[in-house]
Amino acid sequence: MVDAVDPRLREVLQEVKDPEIPTVSILELGIVTRAQQKKGTVHVELTPTFVGCPALDMIRGGVEKRLGQLDGVERVVVDFVMDPPWTSDRITPEGRRKLEGFGIAPPKERVTGPFDIIPDCPYCGAGEGAIHNLFGPTACRSIFYCRQCNQPFEGMKPV
Amino acid sequence: MKVHDTADSTISPAYRKALADLLYQLADDELCIGHRDSEWLGLAPDIEEDVAFSSIAQDEVGHSAFFYERLAELEGGDSADALAFCRKARERKNALLTEEDNGDWARTIARHFFYDTFDGVRLEALAESSYQPLARGVAKIRREEHYHHLHLHLWFTRLGTAGGEARERLNRAAQELWPRLGDLFSLGLREETLLREGIIACGSAELQRRWEERVRPAFTTAGLVWPGEIPAPAQDGRLGEHTPQLEELLATLSEVYATDPAARW
Repeated sequence: MVDAVDPRLREVLQEVKDPEIPTVSILELGIVTRAQQKKGTVHVELTPTFVGCPALDMIRGGVEKRLGQLDGVERVVVDFVMDPPWTSDRITPEGRRKLEGFGIAPPKERVTGPFDIIPDCPYCGAGEGAIHNLFGPTACRSIFYCRQCNQPFEGMKPV
Repeated sequence: MKVHDTADSTISPAYRKALADLLYQLADDELCIGHRDSEWLGLAPDIEEDVAFSSIAQDEVGHSAFFYERLAELEGGDSADALAFCRKARERKNALLTEEDNGDWARTIARHFFYDTFDGVRLEALAESSYQPLARGVAKIRREEHYHHLHLHLWFTRLGTAGGEARERLNRAAQELWPRLGDLFSLGLREETLLREGIIACGSAELQRRWEERVRPAFTTAGLVWPGEIPAPAQDGRLGEHTPQLEELLATLSEVYATDPAARW
């Protein structure tokens, strides 16, 4: 799902993590749409998961810092773009695996109706949980309830 | 229809003015409703709604920031922050519905459901906008608003079907809000240009028709009586006509910014 990312830059961008989910990189989240170097300038385009995501400035800072350390890079320009819009399908399989390992269920794929968004429990793997709250601790997450563990858990919203 | 992008030198002054007017309406609506949402923090009836309203507030304020940034880009003057924090009440273009106090929970739900349904209808009419930066942002914002509408529709119908005091309060809220809805559908003074230039796909009468078509079934499900025709607005927020409640909102909203406008956060 990642388009037009220079392989040399990809390696470095893999080290820039989501400030709130430090095991998942911004590449794995699918927010990097472009990263190219022209002479001393690296131009990066990021597509925000949510328009009002407060982590954007921190992510921009992380990208500028890591790429700025590369030999031959004098300037890093980061732009936020809306085209293509980020969707939860942009999260890579590796990203999905890491989210689950962190205790956040990856977004349900193949959603058939407005409330058909309940992922499997990231702790025990059971399905058929319940929506506890469409909204969660960050804009991109909801809170679900596992009927097998009898515990709430967080999951990414399909958008 | 000619399509325009940022810094396009072929944009006519009339196009630019009409587009800016609409962007102010969008930005100011979202900022006001987002601020009102944030006022529930720590006070909502249960912890789930505390979380929900905080999250919705964050989304709405984020959307307003997006629209203010497009304005800053288009007009090349004040920054997005200055546009959000420094404009006087009479310069604001938000609908009256978005500025008023929250009231009780039923009124909060009714107001937000009416607003979100309108926002959905308006965003749909902007999906193919001739101004590309707007159309692109709208595609993204609609995916987020989907969850707000689901949530508010659920609460609106749930308070109604619960009967008793819940339905009574919801009914009272709907009746009281009804005469204040008129300017929500207004597109201000430049509707003709907005339509001719393909900035928005339909005018205020059609926006209102589509809104009624979506709100009416929710009244039926909630067991509420349809309050009838929406009266013509006595004041029009799109023209800068506002209530003292907006002054109070702006004073609170900009309190921190005003202490040191040059501060870097």
